[in-house]
Amino acid sequence: MTQVAEQLTTTNGCPLPLADVPVLPFDAFAEQLVEQLQGNSSGLSALFGVPRSDLSVRLYAVTNRATAGLFTVMAADVGDRYPSLTVNTPQAHWFEREIAEQWGVVPEGHPWLKPIRFHRSYADGRDAWGRSPDDEVLPGVQPAGTDYFKVRGEEVHEVAVGPVHAGVIEPGHFRFQCHGENVFSLEIELGFQHRGIERQLIGGPDKRSLHFMETLAGDTSVGHGTAYCQIREGLADVEAPLRAHAIRGIAMELERLANHTGDLGALAQDIGFLPTASFCGRLRGDWLNATALICGNRFGRSLVRPGGVRFDIDASMAHELQRRVESAFRDVSGAANLLWNTPTVMARFEDCGEVPRHVADDLGLVGMAGRACGIDRDARRDFPFGIYRFHQIPVSTWHTGDVFARAYVRWLEIQRSVRFIRDQLRSLPGTDIQRDAGPLRPDSLIVSVTEGWRGEICHVALTDSDGRFSHYKVVDPSFHNWIGLAMALRNQEISDFPVNNKSFNLSYCGHDL
Amino acid sequence: MLKVLYERHSQGHRTMAWPDGDPPKLPDRYRGLPVIDASKCPEGCRECAEACPTDAITVNGSMKLDLGRCLFCTDCIDACPEEAIEYTQDFRQAVRTREDLVLDGEALRLADSLDEKSRKLFGHSLQLRQVSAGGCNACEADINVLGTIVFDLGRFGIHLVASPRHADGLIITGPVTDNMKLALKKTYNAIPAPKIVIAVGACAISGGPFVDNPVQNNGVDGVVPVDLYIPGCPPHPMTILDGLLRLLGRIEDGSQPLAGK
Ligand code: SF4
Repeated sequence: MTQVAEQLTTTNGCPLPLADVPVLPFDAFAEQLVEQLQGNSSGLSALFGVPRSDLSVRLYAVTNRATAGLFTVMAADVGDRYPSLTVNTPQAHWFEREIAEQWGVVPEGHPWLKPIRFHRSYADGRDAWGRSPDDEVLPGVQPAGTDYFKVRGEEVHEVAVGPVHAGVIEPGHFRFQCHGENVFSLEIELGFQHRGIERQLIGGPDKRSLHFMETLAGDTSVGHGTAYCQIREGLADVEAPLRAHAIRGIAMELERLANHTGDLGALAQDIGFLPTASFCGRLRGDWLNATALICGNRFGRSLVRPGGVRFDIDASMAHELQRRVESAFRDVSGAANLLWNTPTVMARFEDCGEVPRHVADDLGLVGMAGRACGIDRDARRDFPFGIYRFHQIPVSTWHTGDVFARAYVRWLEIQRSVRFIRDQLRSLPGTDIQRDAGPLRPDSLIVSVTEGWRGEICHVALTDSDGRFSHYKVVDPSFHNWIGLAMALRNQEISDFPVNNKSFNLSYCGHDL
Repeated sequence: MLKVLYERHSQGHRTMAWPDGDPPKLPDRYRGLPVIDASKCPEGCRECAEACPTDAITVNGSMKLDLGRCLFCTDCIDACPEEAIEYTQDFRQAVRTREDLVLDGEALRLADSLDEKSRKLFGHSLQLRQVSAGGCNACEADINVLGTIVFDLGRFGIHLVASPRHADGLIITGPVTDNMKLALKKTYNAIPAPKIVIAVGACAISGGPFVDNPVQNNGVDGVVPVDLYIPGCPPHPMTILDGLLRLLGRIEDGSQPLAGK
């Protein structure tokens, strides 16, 4: 931790005294943000508001510099309005909508200021859209002064789908402005899954906290659970034993394998290529069952906990896991390679839903969807945590930004995750698996990042003078990436929406919290 | 084409034999139906009740465990000084009424089948529309998996359909967020009567991990009437399939222990 001029930097999972965070004049804060996000190697990991006693709101920005492995933290106080940061920092667009919705603060000049989750403001008597307590706050009810994006003209028509979709899938609302079959614009309205999790974390940690983490995006229980445990461990000054880190790493890669494999199957399904769809449907289950072998639950629930892990992998289990990994990998290879070798599949995947690199950079796409646009970033390498500090996984990228790239990066990652698990199972460190994670440092701020299967998961916690959470911010990768799906659909055929949606496979509940 | 055939051959036939044959072996650490031996509990001990994240356990006088709230986590067993709570390997957990989910030492009263009239209607063809109303995508995933070749839901005449207009019932996940309540009701109303409702997972039954959070409704009860409750967080796919088949009267082994257990 070093303080250079008005910047405070930190690394993954390393707490800071809250009082050290520089509170800049707003203009300096805005300038710093632009400066820090220049170039392709940095991103906005979090931007959020924390209420102050006098109804003002303190904005905290956490930017990351991947090449240096550093996060920069800074703050600025605002009243009930301030000049929108999005104008010069496009990556801030969704964060500013969240801040407006939560704290009733208006970012003036924001190009598309609408709620993102549709809940009432947390600041008493203050609503960014001037809604009164009697007004309905529900998705689909557009606050006065806002509307869905509309295109007008001859032969332009609107298609609205959701919240309830045709498949077994979470709810969201999609509005397409089309010209014939061609999509001009897609607007995505979320919030249907909002369960009020962040509010419930305040005052913790308590007996619910970890369970919220495991279920805030239930297909990423290990990813979010690990991010949370890093917060607990960092603030308690404990290091989980090395063997626990290795087991977390194995579970995190199994989570990636299950989801990536399932997604390859779902992509095949959406274009009617049934062999891969059917093989991958089963194989996804094989990865989930491997996780259940370790901890009894297919989604890794109850495995990761503050201070370590709840379940060990003994020699015979390691052997059985090896066997299962090899057998599932053989079949996944067969199923995936059928895709790349089938011209009708490639014809549907290639040049479909392309997100240009500069758009991905401007909007700050993360994870596998960003890497499919050539963005060479991965928290496992850039902000190494846990076992990834000792065993690196090469970063997988592709450059075409289309459905093919998003599928192919998954396949590259599958191969690398398998290799990693193999190595880990062969060389599990001989330590114990659990330490006590005691009381938390008071008056602190900590940033914790993991690379979930969708991408960068960022948690930021602030503690009060008793070492309880006074604020807890969760940024699921989907928070960054939903706009990427909207961009991918521009000038595409509307019939290609399902395959594009699958190629991102973003989390509704992880976004809605 | 040849590559497809080769791959098809090498991946083999994968559909499980159950319910005609044995169920697949579940992992040793699988946490199925919990059992409590209250005779082991020291006087006045409340450790499990205090550790339980959803207050599923109450110990006033007698000890009760509400399976509808249970996350099947390890918090109670880790807190208990006497190993009085244990998870079995029994995946059969679906019941017909909310009260049947409260374990108080008696055997779990597993789901009865629908009455004869409904069984005639749905017994060989049940079309379900799924609605996620705040589900975390794990319950959804373990419903979805029933459509894979391993479980092959279609062989029982059960299908997950795209429109409520084509459905005989709803299979609901999630605590019913305020923001999904209306859509859930509308979907329910769009299904022609007679219709059935199945609540899958702790969320849909009680609110689960989110019980008593504002902005949600502690599950489906009170929003639409429920015919079958399938507990778990998420329930194992076998638990869901077992529940569906019981409802249709295609499994009737009462509450006997699983063969071989
Ligand atoms: S019951 Fe558990 S697994 Fe199911 S939706 Fe709720 S949190 Fe997710």
